[in-house]
Order: sequence, then C-alpha cells, then structure tokens
Amino acid sequence: MIAIVNYGMGNLFSIYNALSKIGADPKVFTEPRFEGADGIVIPGVGSFGMCMSRLSQFQEALFESLQSGTPMLGICIGMQVLFDRSMESPGARGFGWIKGDVVRLPEGVTIPQMGWNNLSMKREVPLLEGIRDGDMFYFVHSYYCLPEDPSVVAATTEHGVEMAAAVIRDNLSATQFHPEKSGAKGLLILENFVRSTRC
Amino acid sequence: MLARRIIPCLDCDLGVPQGRVVKGIEFKQIRYAGIPWELAARYYQQGADEIVFLDITASHERRETMTDVIKKTSEEVFVPLAVGGGINSLEDAREVFNAGADKITLNTAALRRPELISEISDSYGRQAVVLAIDAKRRYNLEEGREVISTARGDCWFECSYYGGRRFTGIDALAWARKGEELGAGEILLTSMDRDGTYDGFDIELTDAVSSRLMIPVIASGGCAHAEHMYQVFDKTRASAALAASIFHFNEWTVEGCKQYLAQRGVNIRI
Repeated sequence: MIAIVNYGMGNLFSIYNALSKIGADPKVFTEPRFEGADGIVIPGVGSFGMCMSRLSQFQEALFESLQSGTPMLGICIGMQVLFDRSMESPGARGFGWIKGDVVRLPEGVTIPQMGWNNLSMKREVPLLEGIRDGDMFYFVHSYYCLPEDPSVVAATTEHGVEMAAAVIRDNLSATQFHPEKSGAKGLLILENFVRSTRC
Repeated sequence: MLARRIIPCLDCDLGVPQGRVVKGIEFKQIRYAGIPWELAARYYQQGADEIVFLDITASHERRETMTDVIKKTSEEVFVPLAVGGGINSLEDAREVFNAGADKITLNTAALRRPELISEISDSYGRQAVVLAIDAKRRYNLEEGREVISTARGDCWFECSYYGGRRFTGIDALAWARKGEELGAGEILLTSMDRDGTYDGFDIELTDAVSSRLMIPVIASGGCAHAEHMYQVFDKTRASAALAASIFHFNEWTVEGCKQYLAQRGVNIRI
C-alpha cells in the first residue's frame, strides 16, 4: 500500500488515480501515522510556507518512516520541502533532509515554468529506469532546488538555468516535475517507485 | 528547453447524460463531436499536452454531469486537465478540483469580481488558475487604451464576457496584466475576430499579450491547420496553441500536428 500524505493542499486525485492506474494500492493519509505503508508519496501544490505550516505535523512520522527504510517520493513542492529553506517563504523551515536552498527561477523566462521539459540524465537510478535523455515531463513551478551535494541529482532540466529535476538519496527520492501528469513516461516512473516498495 | 504545448479544447454541452462535445460552425449549426471523456482519452493517446473542458451549457444546473465527466476523464488521462465555464466562486472551483481537475479557467466571473482570481490562487496555487480572455479588435481609438499597431491599422482589444455575447469596455491588455498581478498562472487568450473563422490565430494580439507578461499565454481562436500553430509559435512567445474543431472532425490528429511542428523545428513533445 502506498500512502499519499494529505496535508490539505490542492488536488490529490491526480496522484491517486495515477497510482491506481498502474495497479498500486494508494491510500490517502490525513493523520501522521503511516502504519502499513510500503511507500509514501508527498504530493504538493501551493507555496512553500503554506505547505510547511501544514506538513510540520507530519515531519516526525515521515522521518521515522524514512529512517526505517520506507521508500519516499516527493513531488514538486513535495521535493522542495525536503530542503533547508526557500526564497519563496523566508523564515519557513523545510525538513532539511537534503542540504540546500530553494531559489527563484531567473528573470527572462516564463514564470511559472509551466509545461513539458526534457531531462538530462546524470545518474542511473532505479526510479528512472526506462527513461531516456531527452524524455519530457510536466513541470509547474517558480522556484527550484539547489542541493549542496551535487551527487544527489539524478536528472536535470533547463529553464533559464540548469536545475535539479530529480534527486535521490537512498530511499528518499523526489521529482520537480509531476510524474502523475506526464503521460506514459510519468506512469513508468511511478511504477519504478512502486516496484522499489516491494523489494 | 520548455516545449510548446498543443491543447485540444472540448466545448461541452452537459444537458444530456455523460455530456457531449459540441462545436458551432460559423455560429449557426451545432455539430456533435462525441462524448467528452472518450474524446479526451483519444487526444491523450494521440499525445495532447493538456486537455481543456469548457462547459457551455446554457443553464448551470448540470454541475453533477461535469463532475462525472471530470472524474471519468481523470481516471484515464494523465496530462493536466483544465475545466472552465460557470465557475463563480471558490466553492465552485473546489467542486471541480475535487472531481480531479488540475486547473480551472475563469472568464466572466473574474471580470465581475477580480478578487476571485486571488481567492482561488491563494488556496490552490497560481498554477491552478487560468484566466480566459476573449478579446475583440477595436479600431475606434480612445483615450487610455493600449494601442497596438497592426497590419490593418492601430487598434486596441476589448474584453467580452458571457460567452462573447456582451462587452465590458475593459482593455484586454490591461486586464491580462491585472490578472497576472492578482495571481493567475496562465492566460487563455481567444481572439473573437478569429474564433470559428479558420483563418489562423491573431498573431498581433498573441504577441502583444505574451510579450507583456511573465506567465504563459495559450493562443486560441482560428486554428485550422498545423501551419497556423507554427506561425503563432514562430512569431510570438505563446507557450501553447489551443484548437478544437480540427481535432474533433478528424481533419488533424494531435500527433499529426506535432509531427508537422517538429519537422519545422518547433520544440514539441513527441
């Protein structure tokens, strides 16, 4: 069973439907207890500060699951909250599980970046198995993650600047794009994630 | 690099069970193109980058049908789904999001009460709010208008609402900028002069709006050929091109359009 963290922001149906489509067993969790979850998805829309204010009650339970080896996937803001802080909401603290900042996209490009952009693969990782250099995914964001340790970056994309599109460290992974809205290739990434929860 | 998007638009009459996709031909006869979720699934399979549903039902007592249409679609379609028509409040928007829509489009309701843009944007994020603007050329120049030089002479653009039946006196360029300030994440820009004509997008209008804003602009109205999409991508900063009839009546597949554009060097998702 895959837990979807419901912290009261936005639309969980997309990720729920996508996980159902690939034969996973998604369940929406509104309480910070993840008993029985083989994997956890942190979806995300909204601002960094708003997300953190609502997600903070889940932080301890999520950290315990992470420590015990449960595969975890953050999506979009769900990726950004894994970092230390964001320019979007000065003062708000992220989980800090991946060291680094979240900063605004540079001037001169459309903001938000909204649409399909291609990946440059940096590392071979199980999550991106079957994905090739140049494959396109759906992004919607105005800020991007700058990890201190470049080795966590599995793939990048470019919109005014080359930035992390997918980060992975042990059982913690995250994508800036929305796999649940990225057609067949996106569903493939979710399948890879679900497979990792069955090992 | 960010690809240009191709977006099929489905005008939905929800007065029948399951709803039906309709398209008026030169504002007269209505043709029926099919069942909304089936068409959406077909376009998804063909490579549509996004799907737009617009509820054009005259009376808005058919909300439940729209909810069913969105639910059914979001089980089969894994690209962003935008829904508009008759969304007048945060409550209305919530219903549509809860059924599985990723974005809502606002037109009349936002012109009547601009704060609605901020209310929805604050709750669901900027990316979830598309401001639809139906703009018509006006050649009678008035004080205080943003005037654009076009091949046919200087003009400004007036916003219409109520599905193009009434005019607001509001300058479309100023309204687009205001919409961006209020929290819209995208502009769906329809040329009323071109809509239904098959003459191609209004390049001058699209250029004027897309060059003034940071947020993405979707060009709409008049598309009859992939060449029209090429022109609007080549000559403006439009992020996406929207079309309806050319897909509904099998003149073009989404795939065919994309191949045409890719061959002409447009960055597109194949």
